Amino acid sequence: METTEIIVRLVLIVVIFLISLVVAMYSTYAERKLAAFFQDRVGPNRAGPFGILQPLADGAKMFLKEEIIPTNSSKFLFIVGPSLAIMTACIGSAVIPWGEQLQIGGKLYDLQVTDINVGLLYIFGVVSLGVYGVMIGGWASNNKYSLLGAIRAASQNISYEIAMGLSIIALLMVTNTLSLKEIAEQQHGWHWNVLYQPLGFILFIVCSFAETNRSPFDLPECETELVGGYHTEYSSMKLGFYLFAEYINMFISSAVMVTLYWGSYNYPGMDWVAAHLGSVAAPLIGTVVVFAKIFVFIFFFMWVRWTIPRFRYDQLMDLGWKGLIPIAIANIIITGLWITFVK
Amino acid sequence: MESLSNKRKVIESKPLNFWERIYLPAIAKGMTITLKHFLFKKDVTVRYPEQKREFSENFRGMHSLKRDENGKERCTACGLCALSCPAEAITMIAAERQPGEENLYREEKYAAVYEINMLRCIFCGLCEEACPKEAIYLDGDIVPADYLRKDFIYGKDKLVEAPLNQ
Repeated sequence: METTEIIVRLVLIVVIFLISLVVAMYSTYAERKLAAFFQDRVGPNRAGPFGILQPLADGAKMFLKEEIIPTNSSKFLFIVGPSLAIMTACIGSAVIPWGEQLQIGGKLYDLQVTDINVGLLYIFGVVSLGVYGVMIGGWASNNKYSLLGAIRAASQNISYEIAMGLSIIALLMVTNTLSLKEIAEQQHGWHWNVLYQPLGFILFIVCSFAETNRSPFDLPECETELVGGYHTEYSSMKLGFYLFAEYINMFISSAVMVTLYWGSYNYPGMDWVAAHLGSVAAPLIGTVVVFAKIFVFIFFFMWVRWTIPRFRYDQLMDLGWKGLIPIAIANIIITGLWITFVK
Repeated sequence: MESLSNKRKVIESKPLNFWERIYLPAIAKGMTITLKHFLFKKDVTVRYPEQKREFSENFRGMHSLKRDENGKERCTACGLCALSCPAEAITMIAAERQPGEENLYREEKYAAVYEINMLRCIFCGLCEEACPKEAIYLDGDIVPADYLRKDFIYGKDKLVEAPLNQ
């Protein structure tokens, strides 16, 4: 690899990292503001105009809070927990294509950190690693509530990963590739995968709600039963890391959904735009489209959170094992028949 | 056993049908409701320090010690307000009016010190009812917040009405 190439990649990594952090930061603000609008309230409006400095104030508060590490906790793991949570949340963004190739000075630049041919499997690996942060943190706290929350998180993630994997298999039968870049390229114009895999998409989005521990599947931090869930004992910025990791997860899983099902940077009329605006502006518009779609999904995540009450734990398991997995298998069979006889 | 009141209802728990079991129609219904609130409902919040809700006519707020039409203090330090106060929030020290102070106090006796502890006060308005001189009314604003207990003991400097300006 050339030196320039490496530098471009490094810049891209830093930019994407910063973008994920900023998006996560402003997701906390958006969540509070949207929650307020859904409930006919105003939301944070004191820090800066319309409260847009609220995330900074929250961050400053988190840093200044007293750091408490319980005496009987396993100190090393107690610190590893949140670090792992935020690290696994961040590394998922490495394989996501954020736009088409940029052509500057006769050279092509990928708007993707790396295009590995098992990109989808990499995402799965990272997602399943995510639960370790929760597990380790919950166990190291030496607190019953934390442990229960961690156990819930673990079993929930395992259960829903199966349905998620099965829904992805049906998608792979359509796309014939694991590389996210190729999947994005295949959905040119309006040939979005969601049109071919509507059921698969519904399964996937339900599972990603469960994987990101978002309501209605936020049982690991169920306040009414478990105090604070796995992060009961956490304070200061360690708690901040857990909360932050949740929002980054939401951002990344929205990005994955956009890439897999909602056409990534493709939009109807993109050929016309590419022909008229040149090889730099058109891909950048594609990037804007990616982010617009991601924000729609983040809005959807929050919309669901402020609408639906939490599932009971046995209902959650029922839905996962008796509901989603059979439907996912049926979806695979239907897709197989469709490919064999129709396509 | 037969019901005597005829109010008994037999409730049967039906198993959920297919659409109820997959939750999605119900979820979609709920989400349209929240979206309606998001898009169309106006918030009812009164942004307090900047915006104030109008008080009703008989709202009881901070006390004020009244002056008469000539600008003299009406209070004669009889102590009936202190006596009537169920929270024992009012205290005062009476003094005799000296010659030359006729334009300040209406009667020969006046309150040299008049203190209301706003942390004790329950804003019941009994002092207002007890006053024979129509000297105290709870017609003020909300008592503002403060940091120290001692700052909630309001003396005459805060309670007496502003003097008349001709």
